[in-house]
Amino acid sequence: MTQSTKDKTPTASSVQGPAGPSTEVDPAQIIRPKSLTAGNRLPKWFMPAVLAGAAVLGAAISSAIGFTITLWLILTAILYVIGVYTITRIKVGPRKATDMLWRNLVYIAFVLALIPLVSVIYSVSVVGFQGLTNPGFLTSEFVDADGRRMRSSVDQGTEAGEHGVMGGIAHALVGSLAITLTATIISVPIGLLTSIYLVEYARGGPLSRGITFFVDVMTGIPSIVAGLFGAAAMVFFLGIGNSLGLPMPSQSRMGLTAAVALCVLMIPVVVRTTEEMLRVVPNELREASYALGVRKWRTILKVVIPTAISGIAAGVTLAVARVIGETAPILITAGMTEFINWNMVSGWMATLPVFIYEQFTRPTDPNFSDPSHQRAWGAALVLIMIVMTLNLIARLVAHFFAPKKTGR
Amino acid sequence: MTPDESQTSVKTSQDTRAGRKAAKKASSDQNNLVSKDKAGAGVDRGFALLAKFAGIFILIILAFVAIFLTYNSFEAIYREDEGLVIGRFLSYAWPLIVGTLTVSIIALCISAPVAVGVALYISHYAPPRLSKSIGYVIDLLAAIPSVVYGAWGMVFLSGYLANFYVWVHEWFSWIPLFAGTPSATGRTVFTASVVLSVMILPIITSVAREIFIQTPKLHEEAALALGATRWEMIKMAVFPFARAGIISGIMLGLGRALGETMAVVMVLSAGSFTWSIISSGNNTIPAEIARNFGETGDGTERWHQLIAIGLVLFIITLIVNMVARWIVSRNKEFSGAN
Amino acid sequence: MKVSHFGRGAAILSVASLALVACNGEDNGNGGGDADEAAEAAGVEFEDVSGTIYSGGASSHETAMDEWIAEFEHLTDNQAQVEYAGEGSGAGRASFLDGEFQFAGSDAVMSDEEYEESLQRCGDNGAFHLPTYIAPIGLAVNLEGVDSINLDSDTLGEIFAGEITSWDDPAIAEQNEDADLPSTPITVVHRADSSGTTENFLEYLEATASNWDWEPDGEWPTDISAESAGQTSGVLDLAGSTDGAITYADLGQIGDEFALVNVEVGGEYTEPTPEAAAEAVLASERVEGQSENNMAFEITRDTEEVGAYPIVQIAYTIWCNEYESEEEADLVAAFAAYIVSEDAQELAHDQAGSAPITDDLRDEALEAISEISGG
Repeated sequence: MTQSTKDKTPTASSVQGPAGPSTEVDPAQIIRPKSLTAGNRLPKWFMPAVLAGAAVLGAAISSAIGFTITLWLILTAILYVIGVYTITRIKVGPRKATDMLWRNLVYIAFVLALIPLVSVIYSVSVVGFQGLTNPGFLTSEFVDADGRRMRSSVDQGTEAGEHGVMGGIAHALVGSLAITLTATIISVPIGLLTSIYLVEYARGGPLSRGITFFVDVMTGIPSIVAGLFGAAAMVFFLGIGNSLGLPMPSQSRMGLTAAVALCVLMIPVVVRTTEEMLRVVPNELREASYALGVRKWRTILKVVIPTAISGIAAGVTLAVARVIGETAPILITAGMTEFINWNMVSGWMATLPVFIYEQFTRPTDPNFSDPSHQRAWGAALVLIMIVMTLNLIARLVAHFFAPKKTGR
Repeated sequence: MTPDESQTSVKTSQDTRAGRKAAKKASSDQNNLVSKDKAGAGVDRGFALLAKFAGIFILIILAFVAIFLTYNSFEAIYREDEGLVIGRFLSYAWPLIVGTLTVSIIALCISAPVAVGVALYISHYAPPRLSKSIGYVIDLLAAIPSVVYGAWGMVFLSGYLANFYVWVHEWFSWIPLFAGTPSATGRTVFTASVVLSVMILPIITSVAREIFIQTPKLHEEAALALGATRWEMIKMAVFPFARAGIISGIMLGLGRALGETMAVVMVLSAGSFTWSIISSGNNTIPAEIARNFGETGDGTERWHQLIAIGLVLFIITLIVNMVARWIVSRNKEFSGAN
Repeated sequence: MKVSHFGRGAAILSVASLALVACNGEDNGNGGGDADEAAEAAGVEFEDVSGTIYSGGASSHETAMDEWIAEFEHLTDNQAQVEYAGEGSGAGRASFLDGEFQFAGSDAVMSDEEYEESLQRCGDNGAFHLPTYIAPIGLAVNLEGVDSINLDSDTLGEIFAGEITSWDDPAIAEQNEDADLPSTPITVVHRADSSGTTENFLEYLEATASNWDWEPDGEWPTDISAESAGQTSGVLDLAGSTDGAITYADLGQIGDEFALVNVEVGGEYTEPTPEAAAEAVLASERVEGQSENNMAFEITRDTEEVGAYPIVQIAYTIWCNEYESEEEADLVAAFAAYIVSEDAQELAHDQAGSAPITDDLRDEALEAISEISGG
C-alpha cells in the first residue's frame, strides 16, 4: 500500500498539469491562471460550482416532475457529470474532458457502493441496537424469566406490557462459535495442505489438475446439498462405528455433523485463496532457502508460509465469514434448540443465522412479531460484529506472525 | 479478500527482502541441525505425502458428493413405472434455470461496473490515507451474512423499489422486461438482483483492486510521462494488465450470485416464469430447493427433482468456473502475475 | 413390556371416562389436573419420565408446539426435554422413519409406502397418526371498512384463479348486498413455499369450485400468476401491507385488521371458527389400511353439513407403536398424552387459535397412545 501511494505523487500533479498541447500556452498562465478562459486549467472552485449548479437545477426539475430526494440526487449527479464534461470540453479540450468524465464516474461508483452499506448498517443498527440492549440478550438462553422455553405467551406478556422483551441469544452464540470453530479446525489444515501440494509439490500432473478442477466444482455445491451430504455422511459413519461396537452418539443430528457439512463449503474457499497467496511468494525465496541446504518441508514451513501468512489469514477469515452466515445446512444437521449446548457430539445446537431466519420468517408470536424482529435484528448485529472481530483478529495474526518488515 | 491480501501481493519487493531474512533465519536454525538431521529426508517425504493425501481427501469428499447427487437425481428423469420422463423434468427445470441466470446476470450488470469503479477509486483516485480504510469498509460488505441482506431487502429495499417499479412501468412498459403489472410489494426479480449485486460487489471489488494495485509502476509512469491524462493512463496501462483479473473477479461474483439461497428466499415473490422483471414471479434454483425441500416427502419424484435441479446448478457453476479459468489462463502471458 | 401394555389399556377404560366427566363438569385451567388424568389414562406419570425427545416436521403447529413443550417440561420438573425442529413435513417424516426422530409433525398423512417403511422402524404395528392440531384456514381480506365477506366456492375459485379482478365485481356484490365494496383491484397472495396450508385450501377449491381445474398440491399452481411470500407470517405481512389483498392462512394467526370470508356450505354462509372446523372433521372419513389405532382423516371438503367449515387443516403427530426401550416408550407416551389432554388443547386454542379436539377424539387418542410399548 505504501509503495503504491508513494508512486501516485506524479499522477496527482499530472491531472492538474497540462493535458492538451501545452506548448501553445503562455507559461505564465499555467502557473497563475487568471480566469476560466485563461488557459487549459480550470480554477479550484470550478467543480463545486458545477455541483451547486447541478443541485439547484436538479431540484428545479425534480420538483417539476414530483420531488423526491432520490430523484433529486440522481438528477444532480447526472447534471453534474454532463456539466463538468461539457464545460471542460469547451474550455480545455476533449482529452481533459474525457479524463474528468471518468474521474467523476469513478467517484459516483464509489458513492453508489456506499449507499447500500450505509443502508444495511443503519437498518440493522436501528432495531438491532434496541434488541441488543434488552436485559440479558447476550447472556441468557432463549428462555423466559423462569428458565422455560420461549413461546408465544411470553411475547404476549410483552405486548400486554407485563415485562420487557424476553429471550437471549446465548444459545445461538455458543452454537455458532462451536460449530464454526470445529469446521475451521477441520478445514484449514486440509485446505492449506492441499494448496501446499498444489503450489509446492504438484508439477501439473493429472492429480493436481484434478484437484484444481474439483475444488472449482466444490465451490458450486448448493449449501442445502452440503447439509444433506453432511447428514448422510454422518449416518454412514455412525453405522460403521456401531457395527464395530464402538461407543457412538445415538443421534446423527449434532454440532459435529453441521461442522462436517460446513467443511464441504469451507475447504474450497480455503484452498482457492491460500493457493493464490502461496503462488505470489517469489521463487527466489525458495531457491535461496534450498541453496542454503534447507529441506523442502522446512522451507515451506519457515519461509513460504510466514511470507504468505497475512494472505492466508485473510483467506481463512473470508472462508469463516462465508460459513458463519450459513442457514440451510445447519437446520438439517444440527437441529434447533433454545438452550446452550457445548457438546459437539450430543444434542442439538442453535446458530445465529438459523435463529435470525426463524425469528424473521416464523415469529415466536405470529400475531405480535415486534419482539421477534428486535431479537432477529439484534442477533444480526451481533453476527456482523463477530465477523468484523474475526477480520480484525486475522489482521493481528498477520501483523504478528508475518516476517518483520525492514526498511520502513 | 482484505487489504492484507493485497498487501502481500503489493509489497513483493519488501516481502522478498523480509522473506529472505526469514529464509536466513530458518537456515541458521538449520545449520545447527544439519548434522543431526538424518531423518530429514524422511520428514520431507512424509510431509509431501501428507500434502498429497489432503488433496486426495478432497477428491474423495467430492466424489461422494457427486455420487450422492447423481444417484439421487437419476429418478427425476427415470421412473420405474413410467420409464424416461426427461420431458417432465425439463419443463420443470427450464424456468428455474432461466430465472437463476436472469437474476444473476442482472446482478452482475449492476454490480460489475460499480465494483470496477470502486476498485479504481481505491487504487488510483482516493487520497492515499483514505484508500486503506475504504478498502476495509468495502470488505465489511462481504462480511455481512446473507440472512441479513435478505432481511434488509425484505423489510427496507422492496418497499422502496415498489414505487420505482410503478414509475418504470409507466414510462417503459413497451420493453418486455418492464411489461406486466408492477408488483405492489416490490418483491420481484429485479429487487432480488439488486440485493445480490450488493452482495457480490465487494467480491469483484477486492479482486479487481488487487490486480489494479499490481500494475507495474513503470508502465503507469511511462504513460504519464508521455503526457497521458490519468484516465488515458488507466486505459493504456492498467486495464490491459488487469483484464484477466477483472474477468475472473466477475466470474467469482457470478458464482456467488448463482448459489445464493437465503437472500433470494426472503426477497422474491416466487411464481411461474415471466419475462417481466418488475412483477412477481420467477424463481431461482437455490431458493426453490430451500423452500420446498422440507415439505417434500423423501423418495417422491418431487424430491428427486429437487436434488436433480441441485445437480444442474452444480453444473452451471462448474461451467462458469471453467470459463473463468480458461480466460485467465489465456490471458496469462499479458499479465504480470508470474 | 407386555404387562405395561395391558396395564395402560386397562387404565384407559377406567380413567378416560373419569376424565371425560371431569372435563364436562368443571371449567378448565385448574392447575394441570386434566393433563394428569390424560397421563394416567395413557398409563404414565409425568413425574416418572426423563430423557430427551428429538422430533420435528411441520411448522404449521409450531406455535402450539412451543407452548406444549415448555409446559410439558415444566410438568416433568425439567427431567424431560423435547426438541422440535420445524423443518417441514416431508423432512420430518423422513427423519422419523430413519429413526432420527421419536415422533414427527406432519401436515399430510403418511403414504402407504411410508407406512410400509414404518413397520421396520416401529415394530409390527407400524406408526400411527394423532390429529393433535386442528386448524381452520381463514381467508383474510385486506379491505378498509369491511369486516366480513360472504362468498361461495365458485366465486372463490374465480378470485384465486385471477378471473375476478375487482372487489366490486357483480359476482361478489350479489352475495354481499349489505356491504359497500370498493372497486379496489384484487391482489391474490399465496404461499411461495410448499405447504400443507396450500394443499388443504387447494383440495377445497378442487372439490367444490366448478371452474377450478388444478390438481391440489403443496405448491400453488405455477400457471396462476400472483404475489407470494414464504411462511404464514410472510403472506400475512404482505397481504396486510397491500390494499385489496386476499390470502389464506391459519385462522389463529390472522389479525383483527383483516376481514374474514364466510364460506357457503349447505346454503348458509359459515363463519370460520374453531368449532365449525371441528364439525367438519367430525363429518369426515377415516384413512383406511394403516395401523389399527391410526387416526388419520380424509376431510370431506364438499360437505353440505350446515355449520361445518370445510377449509380445515389437520397437523398430525406421527408416533411409533413400539419404541426401543421402556423408558423411551414412557417418555414419548407421556408427551403424546399431554398434547391431547384438554389443558394442552385449550392452550393451543388460546395461543394459536386451533380447534380443541372433541372428547370422543381425545378418548380414542388416549387409547391409541396406551398401545405404545417399549422393547
